Amino acid sequence: MNTGFTLGVSLRCLLATAMLSACAFAHAGDPEANLVIRNHRFDPAELKIPANQRVKLTVHNQDDTPEEFESHQLNREKLVPPGSKVVIFIGPLKPGRYDFWGEYNEATAKGVVVAE
Amino acid sequence: MFATALIVFRETLEAALFIGIVAAATRGIAGRTLWLSAGVMSGMVGALALAAGAESIGAWADGIGQDLVNVWILTIALLMLAWHCIWVSTHGREMSQEAKQLGTSTRDGERAPWALALAVGLAVLREGAETVLFVSGFVTGSSSGSHTMLIGSALGLLAGSLLGLLMYFGLSRIRPHRLFAVTNTLVLLLAAALASQLARTLAQSGLVTVWSDSLWDSSWLLAADSPLGTFLHALIGYDARPSGLQLAFYVCAIAIIGIATRQMRLRQARRWHPNPVLGT
Repeated sequence: MNTGFTLGVSLRCLLATAMLSACAFAHAGDPEANLVIRNHRFDPAELKIPANQRVKLTVHNQDDTPEEFESHQLNREKLVPPGSKVVIFIGPLKPGRYDFWGEYNEATAKGVVVAE
Repeated sequence: MFATALIVFRETLEAALFIGIVAAATRGIAGRTLWLSAGVMSGMVGALALAAGAESIGAWADGIGQDLVNVWILTIALLMLAWHCIWVSTHGREMSQEAKQLGTSTRDGERAPWALALAVGLAVLREGAETVLFVSGFVTGSSSGSHTMLIGSALGLLAGSLLGLLMYFGLSRIRPHRLFAVTNTLVLLLAAALASQLARTLAQSGLVTVWSDSLWDSSWLLAADSPLGTFLHALIGYDARPSGLQLAFYVCAIAIIGIATRQMRLRQARRWHPNPVLGT
């Protein structure tokens, strides 16, 4: 049917676009950084990472409540279930300071990524 | 309590607006209430299951399991919205022409809105799972005052749903023959917003590495966490610092759906011969 055909074409276009943009996949060489959430606070509250490089950030939530790692400046948002570790890729970042916070405990869970 | 209400409100808003728009877009279609209710209900059940499995899902694939699930949810929802846009803008026009000629506004002949029902279910699933996890956190967790937090959550849910209802009733005031154009544009923008979120999820999970720099920063003009910014984020995918990939996905979604719709219309036009006696 025509609808199916057109959808098929659009699907293929979408796939092609996705594949073109995905030409560079994750590679093992990314520098790593770690954050721990404890008592609704980030540790370290100031996280230093290398600038101009993509960084593999592991967030470990040691509380028994969920948290949402959020940062408008880093353009990231990810749930961290209680007792879990999640991975968030950030950057490459220009040298500078980038605020992040825990959406569920904004009063205490604050931090900053320093790219240098 | 207020902070809790605000968080739940933000999570609810996106799904509520989504449902409001879809409900308006399917006005008059036979059985749509049943379809959409089924979508919302299965989304809620799925959200409970997803929240229950959040810890194990989060650990999948080296800590990016949650993103992988979101990539699938967003992709399927995006395809469903695209399908709706392409299908309804061609057949829907035909239907509304027929309806006008017959002097009725019923759209009985239209196919069941399964694509939109599925998209609604997925929206509820994604936003619902986060809300369930958040609420369950302070019910089972050690934090004190879970009673007031539950009330706060209920208020947030109520406020979000109210905005969805407002959206629906606002759209319902538009005259039937223009409603198609308006809801179709809104569904198209929702699709683009999903595409942009998909791009961000792909970057965050490390699956895609290109075009990650943000193109601009319009937070001085409209902050993403301001009320209007939150609203526009849910409605049209507003982002104060979009990456190149996000913009590319956003524009591509609109272009692909637009081109496919045009092609379908051309095909339709060749087949569709309006009756000169009844035509206006």
